[in-house]
Amino acid sequence: MSNGKKLLACPYVIWSAVFIIIPLCMVFYYGLTDKSGAFTMANIAAIATAEHAKALWLSILLSLISTVICFLLAYPLAMILCNLNVNQHSFIVLVFILPMWMNFLLRTLAWQTLLEKTGVINNILGFLHLPTLNIINTPYAIILGMVYNFLPFMVLPLYNVLVKIDKNVINAARDLGANSIQTFFKVILPLSVPGIISGITMVFVPALTTFVISTLLGGSKILLIGNVIEQEFTQTGNWNLGSGLSIVLMLFIIINMVATAIFDKEGTGTAL
Amino acid sequence: MKAKTTLQKLYISLIFLFLYAPIATLMVLSFNASRTRAKWGGFTIKWYISLFDNSAILQALYNTMLIALLSAFFATVIGTIACISISAMKRRNRAILMGITNIPMLNAEIVTGISLMLLFITLGVKFGFITILLSHITFNIPFVILSVMPRMKQLNPSVYEAALDLGASHIYAFFKVVFPDILPGVLSGFLMAFTMSLDDFIITHFTKGPGVDTLSTKIYTEVKKGIKPEMYSLSTIIFVTVLILLFLVNMSPEGKKKKEHK
Amino acid sequence: MNKLIDLQHITKTFDSNTVLDDMNLYIRENEFLTLLGPSGCGKTTTLRIIGGFENPDSGSVIFDGQDITSLAPNKRQVNTVFQKYALFPHMDIAENIAFGLKIKNKSKSYIDDKIKYALKLVNLDGYERRMPDSLSGGQQQRIAIARAIVNEPKVLLLDEPLGALDLKLRQDMQYELIRLKNELGITFIYVTHDQEEALTMSDTIVVMNQGYIQQIGTPEDIYNEPENAFVADFIGDSNILDSIMIRDELVEILGARFACVDTGFGENTPVDVVIRPEDVELVEPENGTIEGVVTHIIFKGVHYEMEVTANGFEWLVHSTRMFAVGTKVGIHVDPFNIQIMHKPESEDEEAVGVNE
Repeated sequence: MSNGKKLLACPYVIWSAVFIIIPLCMVFYYGLTDKSGAFTMANIAAIATAEHAKALWLSILLSLISTVICFLLAYPLAMILCNLNVNQHSFIVLVFILPMWMNFLLRTLAWQTLLEKTGVINNILGFLHLPTLNIINTPYAIILGMVYNFLPFMVLPLYNVLVKIDKNVINAARDLGANSIQTFFKVILPLSVPGIISGITMVFVPALTTFVISTLLGGSKILLIGNVIEQEFTQTGNWNLGSGLSIVLMLFIIINMVATAIFDKEGTGTAL
Repeated sequence: MKAKTTLQKLYISLIFLFLYAPIATLMVLSFNASRTRAKWGGFTIKWYISLFDNSAILQALYNTMLIALLSAFFATVIGTIACISISAMKRRNRAILMGITNIPMLNAEIVTGISLMLLFITLGVKFGFITILLSHITFNIPFVILSVMPRMKQLNPSVYEAALDLGASHIYAFFKVVFPDILPGVLSGFLMAFTMSLDDFIITHFTKGPGVDTLSTKIYTEVKKGIKPEMYSLSTIIFVTVLILLFLVNMSPEGKKKKEHK
Repeated sequence: MNKLIDLQHITKTFDSNTVLDDMNLYIRENEFLTLLGPSGCGKTTTLRIIGGFENPDSGSVIFDGQDITSLAPNKRQVNTVFQKYALFPHMDIAENIAFGLKIKNKSKSYIDDKIKYALKLVNLDGYERRMPDSLSGGQQQRIAIARAIVNEPKVLLLDEPLGALDLKLRQDMQYELIRLKNELGITFIYVTHDQEEALTMSDTIVVMNQGYIQQIGTPEDIYNEPENAFVADFIGDSNILDSIMIRDELVEILGARFACVDTGFGENTPVDVVIRPEDVELVEPENGTIEGVVTHIIFKGVHYEMEVTANGFEWLVHSTRMFAVGTKVGIHVDPFNIQIMHKPESEDEEAVGVNE
């Protein structure tokens, strides 16, 4: 192709070098050195201290649970949406993106109002003579916050991949004798793997690394790994330790990226 | 058959209740006369009036909008230009660049935030409006690329060549033939970028300087002291405005025509 | 008369658009039956109703004496070869073919034998471990057929299976399908809009238009004795002329009287006349019934295709003899080559035509 077209990439190549690659290198630089600039593994090894390890473990646990819940909620939803025969693909995307126009922090805070001891939900439960729900400031509230915030990121990739499956491929499975359950497990589910992977990534990573949801819904007592890192940067000012812990966090993200690369060979992602 | 569809509708309704209940809550709170969100103090619209006297919130709104608009614009320009070039690249180069594009999408926002913070510290850039804007452009470009790229792939390369064959210059051919085809992707990329910028808290949190606030960071600092009710009314205004705009777009003659077609 | 499938009073509507209107049709055992018609005529819907992918709004589907109208597709003894093949993209060829057999819990050795047999039958031995997207369109087509027939269906439904293939391959596959049909000894129901495909392969052709059956018959019947102008126009090239039946065995075409063999149309009745281009004989001007002038000529290989203007009508003529443009010619048609048809009284009647 023409040189002109190649030159057009320059702004983006320079931009991504300065604002993506170099900053990432800096995280590694800070993470692998101490305050005097000497090489050290101490910042990474710090993950093993009881406080940090506990935060990491809790983060992994809560984000895994949230991812599973998101998947279980989103898959049937995506299938129903596909069968609705709504030809307006963009409308469905819109419905899930629309909430973002209300600030994410406020939306999450609203759950406080809903979940409080005398909140809306408990009032309704009380009215129905059902036991009240006291999950505010517990890990359960954090899971709820994660599911609430990241569910659209699971629904959209699943919907996108399911809607693209050739209806005749499903018909062919039925035609060859498969009942609807067999058709689902042998044809629909395997064909939706790229969407599943991409959905898992898009829920798991932000859930694993959040510090906002735990701050807003977990009270101040529950610390996730995101909270620890955030505090190192904005309160304690120990950037080296914060960077070291971030490197540990990125290990998990890289594992996820590799899995995504393997399954999503297209290279463009199915997220949008 | 009928029971099944009823069940499906119930399921969708529950999910939407879950997604939109907090939004409804915030709207109700914006009319709450009591200053705390814990109890209902009667209906009022006073927060909608006092909102316009609250210069701190208005300044944050101004910053948020300006950053969202500028970052979405620059991201759209850089991203779209990049797409033209990426689509003409050899497989390997394309894979590398798309891989880099995916980094901000797949990486944790907190890591992107601190990495940019470290960059600005090292470069000695003063934290403020500019650092937020640069960061937002950075995380917005991938959204533009990922929404323009599929359009670019669908494009028939012969169309562009036909335009050149008929005597058009490269630039003329691009704007007359290629651009109209990828425009929907460009627009949805812009809209996506604008939305993402508007909703961002984490990256702004790490790259903002003292004295400069967006709505997100302002809310975060207010969390401990209690959110000012004006914030609820402002959010309600923004949300309802967007809703009306979307409604109008759907009701416009063009939107209608599309529907009737189906 | 052993009816294997009997469609009775089938009506199907999509969004207030009637696709099939009170259709009646039966299919005999071992028949190669083709549903032929332009797009939107209801042929694919008919096939999907037999396959179980659509439920008719009213009417019933009888299979081997049993009502299967609301039976799920996986319970029916028919298999479908889909338009654009619909192979499972995540399975290799062997897994694709084995799909139906595994569902039925057949033994591994049985399945392996069947895969071997089916691949041999479609001339693709050794392709077991290939993935569908690495195969050409023609090869995918064969796999789709193999995948269907290993289940030993009583009826194979084929939905425009050759539509995506190029001309040469299409012709090869036509012979292939006839061979398969004979080897398997099962019923084929074939949907196409390609009249040549239909004429080449079928035992019976059902011509459809706008949800109504226009004519049912052997390829020869359909071609030589179209029952209305639609069929005549759709099948092959033809000259369709407004004419008047003077009396039995005499018809007035463009003001000239032609002898014909049809009777029973009454006297001085307006009719449509169909004359195939190869049945128009060009002779010396004084020997013809009508006189005309050659206005166009194209060499087509096996014959010349000419247009002759005579009495204000452009006649399409196929002939092995060449007449230069401008030549005065006479037109002669043998009586048995003149096909007389009733004029439709209304659009509706045109569409209804005959229902068996």
